[in-house]
Amino acid sequence: MKRTPLYQKHLDAKGRVVDFAGWEMPVQYTSILDEHQIVRTQVGMFDISHMGEFFVSGPGVTAWLDGLLTNRVAALAEGHGHYTLMLNETGGVIDDLIVYRLAAESYLLIVNAAKIEEDSAWVQAHLPPGIHFDNASDRYAAIAVQGPNAAEIYAKLFGESLPAKNRLVTSGSSFAGITGYTGEEGFELFVPTTETESLWDQLLALGVKPCGLGARDTLRLEMAYPLNGSDLSPERTPLEAGLGFFVDLEKGDFIGKSRLLAQKQNGVAVRLAAIQVLDKAPPIRSHYPVVVGNKIISETTSGALSPSLGYGIAMAYLPTELAKVGQEVAIDVRGKQYRAQVVKKPFYRPANR
Amino acid sequence: MSIPTDLKFAESHEWIRVEGDVATVGISDHAQAELTDIVFAEPPQPGRKATAGETIAIVESVKAASDIYSPVSGEVLEGNSALDSTPSLLNTDPYGEGWIYKIKLSDPTELAALKTPEQYQAQIS
Repeated sequence: MKRTPLYQKHLDAKGRVVDFAGWEMPVQYTSILDEHQIVRTQVGMFDISHMGEFFVSGPGVTAWLDGLLTNRVAALAEGHGHYTLMLNETGGVIDDLIVYRLAAESYLLIVNAAKIEEDSAWVQAHLPPGIHFDNASDRYAAIAVQGPNAAEIYAKLFGESLPAKNRLVTSGSSFAGITGYTGEEGFELFVPTTETESLWDQLLALGVKPCGLGARDTLRLEMAYPLNGSDLSPERTPLEAGLGFFVDLEKGDFIGKSRLLAQKQNGVAVRLAAIQVLDKAPPIRSHYPVVVGNKIISETTSGALSPSLGYGIAMAYLPTELAKVGQEVAIDVRGKQYRAQVVKKPFYRPANR
Repeated sequence: MSIPTDLKFAESHEWIRVEGDVATVGISDHAQAELTDIVFAEPPQPGRKATAGETIAIVESVKAASDIYSPVSGEVLEGNSALDSTPSLLNTDPYGEGWIYKIKLSDPTELAALKTPEQYQAQIS
């Protein structure tokens, strides 16, 4: 099992360490509910060092990336980034990631921990001569700072105000990306592994509370942000996942495009729906049956008892005609059915945003 | 929290308090601390017959569902309805308000197989 440079810090903070995609990561320190609440009302930090960092550069890199990713890379100005997807030949999701433009012909890709090997192999298999690929995942660690007070923390750390969303600030070999996975204001710091512990201590001293992957999951699910491996898979396309906003079908060819064009033309058969549980119910988890008219039509891909809302929330791929807001469904938990309905995404809107 | 001395324990972390032929069952302080953030509990219905060792209730934390095993055989007299609205009682008062169910013992000799507080303490240390 792999450990991040912050492993000892997690133990010091009484973190409960579990296996996450082959990494020993803190699922919580004191309480998932408390940590969730801290990010919604104050500011918390997450060790996201397990995520992968790829640098790609060279003449023609922009056009090449545009053939590999769904969003329009060429539209990115230097120092800007966006959410995008990397698809297989049949339009299924290999990974969802953030691509930042560092310079005219230089990019930083932030990929999911569980997909570093697969992504790296895929990118290299499609690498043309002249483009330089560097999987820097082992040399970089990362900390996400999230919450309504994140801007204040950023100002104290860097003496500057928090840049606009999706910006990337470079300082030597470190980067601050203005993004996150919680719906709150915040930023993600990508730093060489040797500098991670001191950064963590600095943030602790500023009053930023360590938060574990448990809260990270409930926070992202309240925003209906998909988790690759649960809500996204090689069998599902971004259009089915409701991520069409991050797919540019107007640009040139990219891997998976023909399938997406066909789906756009004919309509998708299934859609990833946000489902609110109406009955008082046990926490919904992944792989629970979704029932309509006593027939199992799908299963949940993610679920939780929303700490912010106090009711059950889940996501599931439903037949398009049943994926409409207001559609009533039931979720089966251990043989008992609980009433639920399809709702608009996100489930939760942060008050200040 | 210290372990009350009037209880017996199952290896699977349930406690039992016996008064006559009726017993009250809950989960230990150690178990609730391991589970953390209990957000749902499903105590058994009155009348339910239980055999020692079988699943009798379910408690769920944010991250996971856990089966509760009946330490003894018998017939359930009452489930703790306070847990419906306040499952966190299992965290805040595991040996008191957070009890899960009361059961009429059908075979009191089963109690001999359960652990004393000292034995349970040794198990979790």
